[in-house]
Amino acid sequence: MLKLNDVSVHYGRIAAVQGLSLEVNEGELVGLVGHNGAGKSTTLWTITGVLRPSAGQITFAGRSLLGLSPDAILRRGIALVPENRRIFSRLTVGENLRIGTSARKDRRHADQDIAKMCDRFPALGTFFGRRASTLSGGEQQQLAIARALLSRPRLLLLDEPTLGLAPLIVDRVFESLQELNREGVTMLLVEQNAARTIEVADRTYVLRSGGRIAFHGTQEELAEVGDFETAYIGMAAAE
Amino acid sequence: MIRIPRMRTGASTGAEVAAEDWLQALRASAGIAVPLGLLVLILCVILGAAKGIQYTLDAISYGSIFALLAMGLALLFGVMGLMNFAYGELIMAGAYTMYFTRSWGWLGMIVITIVVVTILSLLMELLAFRPLRRASPVTLLITSFAVSYALQELAWTDVLGLSHRFNATIGTGPQKGVQPYPWLTHQFSISGVLISKLEIAIWIVTLVILLAMTFLLRRTTLGIQLRASTEDFRMAQLVGVRANWVISAAFGITGLIAGVASLLYIFRNGQVAPDIGQGPLFIAFVGGVIGGLGSLSGAALGGFVLGVVINILNASLPFKLHSYALLFAFVAVIAIVVFQPEGLITVRGGALLRVWRRFRKPVTEGAPA
Repeated sequence: MLKLNDVSVHYGRIAAVQGLSLEVNEGELVGLVGHNGAGKSTTLWTITGVLRPSAGQITFAGRSLLGLSPDAILRRGIALVPENRRIFSRLTVGENLRIGTSARKDRRHADQDIAKMCDRFPALGTFFGRRASTLSGGEQQQLAIARALLSRPRLLLLDEPTLGLAPLIVDRVFESLQELNREGVTMLLVEQNAARTIEVADRTYVLRSGGRIAFHGTQEELAEVGDFETAYIGMAAAE
Repeated sequence: MIRIPRMRTGASTGAEVAAEDWLQALRASAGIAVPLGLLVLILCVILGAAKGIQYTLDAISYGSIFALLAMGLALLFGVMGLMNFAYGELIMAGAYTMYFTRSWGWLGMIVITIVVVTILSLLMELLAFRPLRRASPVTLLITSFAVSYALQELAWTDVLGLSHRFNATIGTGPQKGVQPYPWLTHQFSISGVLISKLEIAIWIVTLVILLAMTFLLRRTTLGIQLRASTEDFRMAQLVGVRANWVISAAFGITGLIAGVASLLYIFRNGQVAPDIGQGPLFIAFVGGVIGGLGSLSGAALGGFVLGVVINILNASLPFKLHSYALLFAFVAVIAIVVFQPEGLITVRGGALLRVWRRFRKPVTEGAPA
């Protein structure tokens, strides 16, 4: 469904991503892991149209995404749960959910979906009228995911959804991601927590610095590469 | 209109949110009312009761206009990081429109002026600022200067064949700009306090616009999108808010506000000239900085306070010191910028709010259960 073909992204003259190719198929949960500065977030910002690639092709459902504005790309069906959640802290929880439906035309269904989101994430229903900034970190992450889902995306991009959360909450986030995936949401999950990601993902791409793919495969295939975790950490230390 | 779907609600309901809004509004107006009350008292002691009240009422109507202008500036600043110095030229355009339609009757004049200024504001966005969508705030600022001067020069020159008709500056020509309507500016006395219908109209119009803006921002989808864009424009785009749409809407709304403000301002002053917008823009800008351009209510309050202070200084300073009224006002501004750089009322709560917090019980909102 989503295809990146030989994509490079530069900040000035520095290459953040070089010759990156990856693919996400309908219904899959694909992981993208790598250490700090490997170009994971840059990849996501490029897919969503915030950054422009200096070379390469990005297609979604057979159509090129290059040159489209972020809101147009959202309308094509790609939603982002960004790093650090970036919820609108001055808006109420309800308003945050409401703005998630901005791209939709079916108002009545949108209202029903908001109600459904509050069933799925009970904290959001409980604190519906509160300022979003008063939520805890885990609840804010739920809000960010719910906000992205309310645009009814065909592909959900997640940028480090477990960053800065307590271990127990991290488990809950991974569980709800798997649950969503079972319900048919296609996902590209960017994480630093490589072990957990490889466990939950159908396939995982491992980035090394400069945005090049080092390994790629399923949990079993990556296990065959060797002691993956050491390889990954060793690679991180070496570069 | 936002309808909150029914669901199990533990802590808060729609009604509770509305109540919170009102509480906030009350708090803000108490913040204005207390210093104003003091001001009235001081003036009454100095000048005598009737004169003091009259000066205060006059100052309030003057400050109201700047509250509107500062709010318009803050809206653009919040949504797209633009400090629009061409905003004053919207007032100038409004003044000229009033001049050319002065024989059309007051209703026609009001409608046409508001429409013309709003359209000019939208055109400004379309022609000058839309091509610079990815530019830095500094580029936008310089562009706004360019637009400002271009429009002013257009008014000075004879391009449209207009200026020779009234000797370039209308105010110095044979006519004195827009003749005030006697029924509007005629002052009548309520137990010694002189007051005009225009002043009452200014209060009502300002109040209506402030309430309408509050409603728009709190209760409509566009309002939520504007507030979200003010906080994090990039993220708003990423959840599907159309950048062009919210920015056009912001320019439309500010144009509307500028149109109304120019009507009130010109009805009050009467003078029409190419650089007429500069003075009010400057006061509104500085007032906005005092209040904090990051929040609409803060900026409006700042513009109001500065307008009131300048008007009171004008009224109470000895005649010889009249031309120094702005000087005194801006010394106060420098003091505020030094001691309270983020503005009196800011997003995170500025000085006024901090003072107020000392007087009330701890808030129930805060950490979630």
